[in-house]
Amino acid sequence: MLIFSLEARLKRQAAFDLLFRNLTRISAFSVLLLLAAIIFSLVVGSLPAINKFGFGFLTSMEWDPVNDNFGALVPIIGTLVTSSIALLIAIPVSFGIALFLTELSPRILRRPLGIAIELLAGIPSIIYGMWGLFVFAPLFADHVEPWLNKNVGDMPYIGGFFVGPPMGIGVLTASIILSIMVIPFISSVMRDVFDVVPTLLKESAYGLGATTWEVMWKVVLPYTKVGVAGGIMLGLGRALGETMAVTFVIGNAHELSKSLLMPGNSISSALANEFTEAVGELYTSSLIELGLILFFITFVVLSIARYMLYKLGKREGQAS
Amino acid sequence: MFNLYNRRRIVNAIGLLVSILAMSFGLFWLCWILWTLFAHGLPSLTLDVFSQMTPPPGSAGGLLNAIWGSLMMTVLGTMIGTPIGILAGTYLAEFGQRGWMAPITRFINDVLLSAPSIVIGLFVYEIYVVHVKHFSGWAGALALSILVIPIVIRTTENMLRLVPSTLREAAAALGAPQWKVINFVTLRAARAGIITGVLLAVARISGETAPLLFTALNNQFWSNDMNNPMANLPVVIFQFAMSPYEDWQNLAWAGALLITLSVLTLNILARVLFRQSATSH
Repeated sequence: MLIFSLEARLKRQAAFDLLFRNLTRISAFSVLLLLAAIIFSLVVGSLPAINKFGFGFLTSMEWDPVNDNFGALVPIIGTLVTSSIALLIAIPVSFGIALFLTELSPRILRRPLGIAIELLAGIPSIIYGMWGLFVFAPLFADHVEPWLNKNVGDMPYIGGFFVGPPMGIGVLTASIILSIMVIPFISSVMRDVFDVVPTLLKESAYGLGATTWEVMWKVVLPYTKVGVAGGIMLGLGRALGETMAVTFVIGNAHELSKSLLMPGNSISSALANEFTEAVGELYTSSLIELGLILFFITFVVLSIARYMLYKLGKREGQAS
Repeated sequence: MFNLYNRRRIVNAIGLLVSILAMSFGLFWLCWILWTLFAHGLPSLTLDVFSQMTPPPGSAGGLLNAIWGSLMMTVLGTMIGTPIGILAGTYLAEFGQRGWMAPITRFINDVLLSAPSIVIGLFVYEIYVVHVKHFSGWAGALALSILVIPIVIRTTENMLRLVPSTLREAAAALGAPQWKVINFVTLRAARAGIITGVLLAVARISGETAPLLFTALNNQFWSNDMNNPMANLPVVIFQFAMSPYEDWQNLAWAGALLITLSVLTLNILARVLFRQSATSH
């Protein structure tokens, strides 16, 4: 009798085990399902635009809600240009910050300074946007842009990028604010991967008489280059999808101009500005197709980033 | 020989100087942004902000309905997202050693972690708003919960991996079935870390604007009805800041200060909590 009831209890516990394991498995599966659902719903939503414009959507510069004629080239270029300039600024700065935090900072300051930089990532993007619109853009228009016009605008080759009325809002402003926003992401990945470099390796280099800069540049950076590249791609993924900060300061003009001081547009800012006001199936569906393109680009970039970071993690596992 | 030595020293000094400058560059923006927020936000942060509704253009008012709406949607979003996130994170850490599903889920989750939030807004619009034909608080909460899930999964998995396997083995040796081991031993040991993850997720979603634009939209009045468009701080800030009215802009600053303070407090709280739990192990 006793044995019988124990067996029943065992059976019941085994059933609970099965139930619990499947519950967690279903939850994990829901993540995959979520991705599939996102892609599927965006594709379905953009079908009218895909049917109407085909691949021409990607290469057309038209954006004419009145005549229902849409093309994605201007926002795509805007997204790519702002993100690239942002990375151009953010990569060296992030490297400097990571170098400071891993090698130079006094031990007591290391944690608070690290947290301070990470708080930059915590500030909501709408705050960056507001601050950019009300504080940064006017200062930029009054002091930096006239200077750029005067001193850089006449230079051969690059001059054309820096001419135009000093309005404050425009592609360059958006890029600078984006760069501030991605610095914490890139620098925290860099710091983490710099920390995995074996102390032995660094001490050997120091022992041979290398300077701090040489240790960083010739030992730490080559050792961690995959991880650093992963961190940069991660920052790029963030920059590409950033919405509110860009929407405030980019100027939202569906025009392509060579000058970085002129207003432009990005995929996310076009969505934020126009989606709720879009009338007509084709307009809405063109905007959804923009979202699909954005999702595709960021998905590829972030996948590469993750792949690189995993690769670094694996090598680390083998070495030890 | 001497020249080479000198050159290396100079390169080193320049490099280190640039590094210090980069650090100050980062801190400079943080201080500047926070200072601006306090300078513009504090004078506007009166008692009215907490007791009055959002006003029509050109008159005074507060942000009460927006604060309430934000709270409702953040709490609901967290409540929907957290259980799924914890369960999925548990799967990845405890059952995910074999098979194809765990590595793929981990990878997809890491990608979703930094996927653009505006696309999540579009997604919820497509699957929910289009079908019920109106914007609603539920749609907003749903969009926020989709942002919560990846963050909670990531931290839950990481924290569960930190729990020493001797603890699991000890519980299993006492005859506890696996579901009891995980629920009453492993998850409990990792509790502080998991709460940290949830706090970080709350911090992230309470400032999100983009996914709410197409889902919750906005509402000028007090609303408890999750089935209707709902006011929320980020969208109100967006609308008011972009407007030409000074009253609205001042309210936007007050709201911006409120959001930033709460987000940064949550961030710091999460870190302190995590540090305490890390030292107690």
